Amino acid sequence: MGRYVLRRLLQLIPVFFGATLLIYALVWAVPGDPFAGKCGERACPDSYVQFMTEKYHLDDPWPVQYVYYMGHLLTGDFGQTFGGREISEIIAQAYPNTLKLALMGLLIEGVIGLTAGILTGLRRNGFLDNLVLVSTLFLLAIPTFVSGFLLQFVLGTQFRIIDPTVAEGAPFWDYLVPGFVLASISMAYVARLTRTSIAENSRSDYVRTAVAKGLPQRRVVGVHLLRNSLIPVITFLGTDLGSLMGGAIVTEGIFSINGIGREVYRAIVTKESATVVGIVVVLVMVYLLMNLLVDLLYAALDPRIRYE
Amino acid sequence: MSDPTSRSLVTTQPPEHPDVVAGAAPLGTSTGLSPGQKDKPRGLLGDAWYDLRRKPLFWISASFIMLFVLMAAFPFIFTSHSPTDPVGTGLSRSLEGPSGDAWFGTDIQARDIFARVIYGARASIIVAVSATIGTVLLGATVGVLAGFWGGWVDALLSRLADVFFGIPFVLGAIVILFTFNPKGAGSNEWKIMGLVIVALCLLTWPVAMRIMRSSVLAAKQADYVVAARALGASNARIIFKHLIPNCLAPVLVYSTILIGAYIGAEATLSFLGVGLQSPVVSWGVMISDSQQYIRVRPNWLLFPSAFLVVAVLSFVMLGEAVREALDPKLR
Amino acid sequence: MRVSKRASAVAAIAAVALVAAGCGGGDDTEENSGNADKTANGAITIDGTQPANPLLPSATSETGGGDVLDFMWTGLINYPAGGGDPVNAVAEDIGTTDAQTYTVKIKKGIKFHDGTEVKAKNFVDAWNFTAYSENGQQQASFFSDIDGYEAVHTEDPDGEEGPQKAPKPTTDKMSGLAVVDDYTFTVKLAAPNSIFPVKLGYSAYFPMPDSFFAAADKNEWGKKPVGNGPVKFVSWTDNVEIKLTRFDDYTLDDKVKIKDVTVKLYQEDTAAYAELVANQLDFQQQVPSSSLAGEKWKADLGARGLTVDIPVMQIIAFPIYDKRYQNKDLRRAVSLSINREEIASKIFFNTRKPATSWAAPGTPGATGFDCTTCKYDPEAAKAALQAAGGFEGEMVIYYNADASHKDWVEAAANSVATTLGIKVRAEGMPTFAVFRQNIDGKKMTGPYRAGWQADYPNGENWLGPLYVTGASSNDGSYSNPQVDALYQEGSRLADEKAAEAKFAEAIKIVDAEVPSIPIVSVTQQSGISNRIAPSVKTNWVGSIDLSTVELV
Repeated sequence: MGRYVLRRLLQLIPVFFGATLLIYALVWAVPGDPFAGKCGERACPDSYVQFMTEKYHLDDPWPVQYVYYMGHLLTGDFGQTFGGREISEIIAQAYPNTLKLALMGLLIEGVIGLTAGILTGLRRNGFLDNLVLVSTLFLLAIPTFVSGFLLQFVLGTQFRIIDPTVAEGAPFWDYLVPGFVLASISMAYVARLTRTSIAENSRSDYVRTAVAKGLPQRRVVGVHLLRNSLIPVITFLGTDLGSLMGGAIVTEGIFSINGIGREVYRAIVTKESATVVGIVVVLVMVYLLMNLLVDLLYAALDPRIRYE
Repeated sequence: MSDPTSRSLVTTQPPEHPDVVAGAAPLGTSTGLSPGQKDKPRGLLGDAWYDLRRKPLFWISASFIMLFVLMAAFPFIFTSHSPTDPVGTGLSRSLEGPSGDAWFGTDIQARDIFARVIYGARASIIVAVSATIGTVLLGATVGVLAGFWGGWVDALLSRLADVFFGIPFVLGAIVILFTFNPKGAGSNEWKIMGLVIVALCLLTWPVAMRIMRSSVLAAKQADYVVAARALGASNARIIFKHLIPNCLAPVLVYSTILIGAYIGAEATLSFLGVGLQSPVVSWGVMISDSQQYIRVRPNWLLFPSAFLVVAVLSFVMLGEAVREALDPKLR
Repeated sequence: MRVSKRASAVAAIAAVALVAAGCGGGDDTEENSGNADKTANGAITIDGTQPANPLLPSATSETGGGDVLDFMWTGLINYPAGGGDPVNAVAEDIGTTDAQTYTVKIKKGIKFHDGTEVKAKNFVDAWNFTAYSENGQQQASFFSDIDGYEAVHTEDPDGEEGPQKAPKPTTDKMSGLAVVDDYTFTVKLAAPNSIFPVKLGYSAYFPMPDSFFAAADKNEWGKKPVGNGPVKFVSWTDNVEIKLTRFDDYTLDDKVKIKDVTVKLYQEDTAAYAELVANQLDFQQQVPSSSLAGEKWKADLGARGLTVDIPVMQIIAFPIYDKRYQNKDLRRAVSLSINREEIASKIFFNTRKPATSWAAPGTPGATGFDCTTCKYDPEAAKAALQAAGGFEGEMVIYYNADASHKDWVEAAANSVATTLGIKVRAEGMPTFAVFRQNIDGKKMTGPYRAGWQADYPNGENWLGPLYVTGASSNDGSYSNPQVDALYQEGSRLADEKAAEAKFAEAIKIVDAEVPSIPIVSVTQQSGISNRIAPSVKTNWVGSIDLSTVELV
């Protein structure tokens, strides 16, 4: 077990370098001159472009830039944006907000998705089953820029039930509606996955045995069926956290949440490699560590699984 | 139960799945079962077909899909209006509500929404279905390889998947679509569609790969595989005859939902200015165009969304029916 | 001749963000004004976007930072709300006899927020700092008119792409600037230019306090800037808010009455709008287009909505360096085939007005700027196309897809296609940076959308930078020696009326050759909360005029 964890942690290193290199190269390949759009509807002075180009080593080939960047990163220096902000500062400021949003999304996705999945898994092909399917698919099909805008407008502006935006340092519950919008995409899958898993396990030998033994329905479902069926769902939810954090760009914008999405998008458009890589690398690490955690949790939930 | 194995990960059951990488694009996984595919000879075919024929769910979803395919192939038999020319002269009839003439109303450029929804089926369905099939083929192939061979192959492929998973969707899409489709390069509608499909596949395959890999890891230890191997079956035979048919279910669940997610992702790409562009019509383009006008003409958003939901629903139902028919345990 | 033009933030609504000459408001009346006590201790929240750079006048060319700078600083002159000629602010007098050497006298006793006095050297040093090419400041080119600019600002001999670098400047002081005494300095231009003093209200010309020049890290200084305007800096939380407060030692006329101002930094204008409607935000400069559609904002805001004219035009420009667009009859045909009325009413819901002039309506000194091709005339358009010998292939009109231009550009393209019967299509480029790069590099292969926002209230601004050979914003490379000559003559004349006549003559030639086509002029739709007295005005920069804010 210890050796397994150690090996997994060691494997993070090549992924770290691979991911940073690839992302660095991609940002470098984004079309557009980073300083072309900076001066509005006219060209920027050459002296400004040159000054910035030299300051950020943009004249060098990208592998050289990457080496520069990694050299700094490995000493804990995330670098600066073109506007002169410390990227480490942005990460420290924006990540907690994005994390709160993603956790809320996960919570909503888990509660609604699981409930819907369990209900429909136990009573397949009924009216409820179809209703859940249609409504979760509807949420899936509506892009977040539409659903977010509508919810903000109806609940925030028309009925004043919620604050239309989430203030800096707002309590966790203020993230309820944005979290719902964010979760709406994965909800259909969680419900579906749970339903399938329950459906499959309800025909398994141990459930049949439990029923044959004369155990009450509640116990069969609660102890035997659920515990086994939820393993894949929990796995999914665990790994989904990273995806939710990375996928929050649109939701953050609509609700004016000061998260990583805005910085990543801005940095992509302006070709600020250091900012994109800095933020995304943290995201990749979060994702990989969650993966590891889920795998370990998995073993805890299912005694049949052992790691060498 | 033999030692569950595996170098690094887990066994049994599908772990991880989906989801959204950056933009608004969800991903999902796997295989789109298009109507043609169900006929693939798999040995179980006769049974499955017998089973399917008796399911109303199958017939309903299949006929909807046929309807959409018909729309995609011959849109002009459904409407006499043009999807790109305005109804009336100039913009005189822009943003009208539904009427006897324009059933679903008109958009800001005074185009008939009904005609656009019909014509939009082609691009939407081609992109979503091909991207889903592509993602599954790519992801499942890598997943089978990783799961079956294990060892350094598995470690390498899995880490590669991790690296790809780390790319924000928006970033990857902008780079791929813009690098290969610089403006003014005679925007051929098929070329852009192809690029959108490639971008979606490349950025989302790791999820399909993970699902497949963990299914294979679990199935590899199953008695029937051990038995086949003992009987001297070749690797190819084990993979194609035993592993793939038995590992398809989790991937299928995901893939049908993925179709819907991809239609949404295509909307996001258009919204960002790197996806399909006018004069090409797609549901995604319509949804993203209508965003500013939700408060005035919700019908502009509603109708393409409704078609999209019905299409996705049909694919999900069909996938469900086929899966149940193919799974002997459920008979 | 280069003057301002700030980039609006990515994804912000259209090009509307900048310079606004407020025509709204109307005269203060008793019922309109607010409660003096409440106002004196009151605080307001207005919308803004995160500044792209530290708050330095020399490095800020976008609205997010520009608006805050304009609150915090007062320049030599002010552009009055409601348009019209500039009035002296920090300047006591700007005098000249030959339109080439200007003597600037500044008022005594004006203080920076750190208590030091604003003196002549604060202007001269700031201007030299910005112009010096080794400092790499974005606003350097604003000083290119001044004698000795070439010596402090060297150009790269083989262009940006070439292997050579620009040589180090021989000096860091422009020879045309001289401090006479603490309150007087002279500016000698490289060539006579009667328009020069009109530009001096722009943020690039703001004075900088001694602490700025003493600071080793200018960016660090720019995070806690010190200005000389009616409000001073309190704090800046990135992406959240910038807090400002009244500067009580301010001596000029445009004192603010309220105490605290918070600029809340939004990512999306719809978020700001939602708060505005709920009266949680006190001022939003531009109502988002999703609420302009169908004039919903009027229902949402009622009397809280304000409409003001701003000197902004939306234009479709031709890449005249592309052979296919060198025929003026073709350009004429395109202009005549666009139904501007329909675009203004159906696409913009009357928040834009069909263009009828080469300058925005109400621009001083632009009376003779009529645009004769700015009308929808299908017959004349077809005739012009025939005269041009038709058009081969497909015409693609480009726009940047990160702001809401798609609908109107598409409508214009459709209008041209229908009228002329040729293939026309609108295509978006993903980002403004890509779009600008193609324009700067002269790589456009079709007409493209442009927006021009006046830098200063004068008709000259709608001619000089846009249509004179080699001018800073003549992106399409239009060139006509007659236009150049008339423009030069005009700008050397000290007499305003005579200069105007020359400019109008030049515009007549432009009008005949249609190097670009004005489509619509812009009005701004702003909103205020119910806490603010409706007597509030927007100032020349389109943002709220803080001195007019009173609470009720």
